Amino acid sequence: MNPQLTRRHFIKGVIFSASAAASGAGYYIASAASRSPGAVERLISLNVNGRVRRVDVLPQETLAHTLRYRLNLTGTKLACNRGECGACTVMLDDIANYSCSVLTHQVKDRAVITVEGLRAEDGTLHPVQQAFIEELSPQCGFCTPGQVVAAAALLRANPNPTREEARQGLSGNLCRCGAYDHYLNGVMRAAELMA
Amino acid sequence: MTFMHIGKDFTPPDVEGKVTGDAKYAEDFRREGMVFARLLTSPMPSGRIVSIDASAALRMDGVLGIITADDLPPSAPPANPMLASEYVTYIGQPILAVAAISEHVAENALEQIKVQFERRDFVVDPLDSLIEGGPDAYPEGNAMVLTAPEGDENTALVGRIQPVKWPAAEVEKLRMGKEPNGKFTAGWEYGDLDAQFAQCDVIVEESFVTAGYPHQCMEPRTSMVYWENGKCYFHASTQSQSSVNNGLAAMLGIGPENLCLINENTGGGFGSKGTSYPSMGIAGNLSRLLNRPVQLRITREEEFYIGVGRPGMQGWIKIGVKDGGKVAAVDLVIVSDGGPTGQNSASSSAGHISVLYQPDAMRLRNIPIFTNTAPRGAQRGPGQNEMAAALAPIMDKVAKQVGIDRVAFRKMNAANSDSGIYEDQSPVTSAFMAEAIEKGAQMFDWQAKISQPRRRGNKVIGIGVGQGYHGAGGYGYDGLVRIAPSGRVYIHSGVGNLGTYSFAATSRAVAEVLQCSWDNCEIVRARTDRHLPHSSTQGGSNTIFTHSRTNYVAAMDVVTKLKEIAAAEFGGAVDDYSIGEERVFLTSDPAKGMSYGAAAQKAIELGGRYSGGEYPDDIDPITQRAVAGLAGTGLIGVAKDNLPRKGTPPGEIVGFVEIEIDLDTGKIAVLDYVAVADCGTVMHPKGFSQQMNGGGVWGIGMAAYERHVYDPQNGLPANVGLYQSKLPTMLDVPATMANAAADIPDPFNPMGGRGIGEPSQGCAVAAMTSAIADALEGHLFNRVPVTADMILNHVAQNDFGPRPLKLNTF
Repeated sequence: MNPQLTRRHFIKGVIFSASAAASGAGYYIASAASRSPGAVERLISLNVNGRVRRVDVLPQETLAHTLRYRLNLTGTKLACNRGECGACTVMLDDIANYSCSVLTHQVKDRAVITVEGLRAEDGTLHPVQQAFIEELSPQCGFCTPGQVVAAAALLRANPNPTREEARQGLSGNLCRCGAYDHYLNGVMRAAELMA
Repeated sequence: MTFMHIGKDFTPPDVEGKVTGDAKYAEDFRREGMVFARLLTSPMPSGRIVSIDASAALRMDGVLGIITADDLPPSAPPANPMLASEYVTYIGQPILAVAAISEHVAENALEQIKVQFERRDFVVDPLDSLIEGGPDAYPEGNAMVLTAPEGDENTALVGRIQPVKWPAAEVEKLRMGKEPNGKFTAGWEYGDLDAQFAQCDVIVEESFVTAGYPHQCMEPRTSMVYWENGKCYFHASTQSQSSVNNGLAAMLGIGPENLCLINENTGGGFGSKGTSYPSMGIAGNLSRLLNRPVQLRITREEEFYIGVGRPGMQGWIKIGVKDGGKVAAVDLVIVSDGGPTGQNSASSSAGHISVLYQPDAMRLRNIPIFTNTAPRGAQRGPGQNEMAAALAPIMDKVAKQVGIDRVAFRKMNAANSDSGIYEDQSPVTSAFMAEAIEKGAQMFDWQAKISQPRRRGNKVIGIGVGQGYHGAGGYGYDGLVRIAPSGRVYIHSGVGNLGTYSFAATSRAVAEVLQCSWDNCEIVRARTDRHLPHSSTQGGSNTIFTHSRTNYVAAMDVVTKLKEIAAAEFGGAVDDYSIGEERVFLTSDPAKGMSYGAAAQKAIELGGRYSGGEYPDDIDPITQRAVAGLAGTGLIGVAKDNLPRKGTPPGEIVGFVEIEIDLDTGKIAVLDYVAVADCGTVMHPKGFSQQMNGGGVWGIGMAAYERHVYDPQNGLPANVGLYQSKLPTMLDVPATMANAAADIPDPFNPMGGRGIGEPSQGCAVAAMTSAIADALEGHLFNRVPVTADMILNHVAQNDFGPRPLKLNTF
């Protein structure tokens, strides 16, 4: 987890947005209706997968919501929507973060990479994606985009991890199918492919 | 037997989309004009709905309508209704749904709806309801009792909810781990129990409690539905495809021919999405009411409530052993917790024992009791796996009293191909558990492990062995294959996509029979309107066995038709022809032949049975519709699985584990894990490994972490989140897990395989509870999961015994 984006930081952001948490709604219940118009610039520029895109974002909106429902980047999954599982993991400036626990307005100056942004321009799969296919790492696949992004972020920080380091690196990503062994096989193979 | 495809790894067609994010799940679909539904759910465990006032909500801008039980056909308890009508029986039970232009508006509308309730007494522990004077989960009672219809004694018995109470003394006996004498509503028996116990040298009596817990699939069960020209198009999160059709169509009040179920990927099911489920009906019927596409997104918290869970059980067991280790008699009492819906797995729990220990006589006495906890449903190895968890340390105690090694004891009692199972002692297709145990013990190095010192400072080592079983296959479903004039082979699969890749692994039986390249094959699946055959539910570890057979018979039908077409073209008898290299040719003169594509073109010209204009009488109506939809497009192979049968194909696995318990913290570290399956031929090695290891992770979760916890004062669940109802993380399981198979083909599957998805959990949880007892010098907690606080209390010699039994509360 990026130390600059702690849960406390996130909560402060919510408070500044004068919003209250509403479980399950995908974002935070607005007091936006009672806010004076224009208090927060809603139309912001986001750097997502190497492209700068103008997006209309509510002050209380999470990055996961923006990615899925405004930019149609549905590879980012919402399994818990409260920072427990890692299915929504994206990279912010090369560091893995739970996008359900980040306010979009907080990342307008950051480089966001989702699972869709890992392929090369010519469509070549990222080594983690290639390795996960070769090792048949996913089962149901719902946690897989988060595992892929977490693994890619790990390998950017540590291109040659031990299996134990890989285990620690991916431990914030739950897999209900229990495909952990195969994911670790995938990470180790990806490191070989990138060497 | 040497195969071209079976037993070899391949890249399943759906895996790339999973790693790129292109794979679509139900919530990823949008439709023009789509509106969003949210659920209003019960805040109390038991009550009566007095009134609902939604007028203020319906006046809100952006609110399009609501649906209540009044809009739906009535549902008799204990069936889980789509929406509660008069009574609510669990917290989180859907009462109504609101549709609006956004989830945000729908959530705000829910705040404006006034529901008046009358509270009712509730119950969370079955024994609190079973005792005389205890509360009942339903106004009608606490148990399903088979009764004769009034005035007609010759009619078959029907189930009715009635109160069943035991005298306080009998409930107290069970709570204290003694054999109770009360009314039971289910059970079975075989052999002469008294005579067998009389021959026993060692008899052990113990009690046990296993906790229920939620499935917690990663993908919450979202639905997105729209209707066009009277036909319903339904994006669902479901682990099965064709077997969901009829139930979902019935919920929507339409014929199955008017339902198009769309399911490309499913984010886990584990039994909870095997058939249609209530929230599907809410979304589908609301969409029809509004004449708008509707998405009903289910949250993580809602998933805890409506996503069902494994039933818990409390019970007593008496085991007798003779002749130096032969299990002679088992007497078993189970009080099941079915939540409000009554899932009862007791017979399967008893069946686990009957298969793996082969007692000469056995009795099950059972009563399932309704409670006001989360609904229950089938969960990975229902019945068998919780019994595996409870039984393993008890059987270790038996082995110790007999004076026999734990592994040798299990091997001595293992089933073989002539064994009988369950109450009718019915046959199995084949069984080679002794071979699996032998192989596993060698891989794990059992003798060396059990000989090592157990104490390492503040840590102790535990060595465990356990077994899992589940019936692993079915008979009588349909297969459907089409060869197009291009020569491409289309394998139609109605199995579904649970994430096990078995839909693909079984499809390779077609390529095997047709001796064609896998690259020339394409699996057609995921939408009803792609003409999918009648298939089994994708659950019960059955796909590998069941659909190897269906694909085999369909492919054999193709081969027959290819040869008939060639014989008609080139002369001679059908048996004079062979296939190879995607051609059918005269065996004595291979130049006389035609490609599969040319034969498909001929089939279209011939029409009738060759191209789907006619089909066998015995195929299911679902398959009939699929064939009719394909008629005239190629050579059609279609058949019902009428291959020879012999009882149950067993899925059996033995697991071995080495753990380290930290006596200062109670933490259990899993150091080594090995599992070996008796599952016939391994058809897809990487898929096999995934199920073996994934089940192992599930077993670790069941042994040490996962459980329902309810506040007995208010009936509130204490752990609805993933971090509270903790499932294992990568750090809770070993960095590597080893697996293998006895790899002896099953003679009743042409491809040799049987399933292993469920026993892979049972063997692991059993090995874990066996190892925990071993680490703690044989101490029995008689309860699963064994959590860190239980271990600490035991080590500190605090008064934390297994008795009195209690469930859902701690």
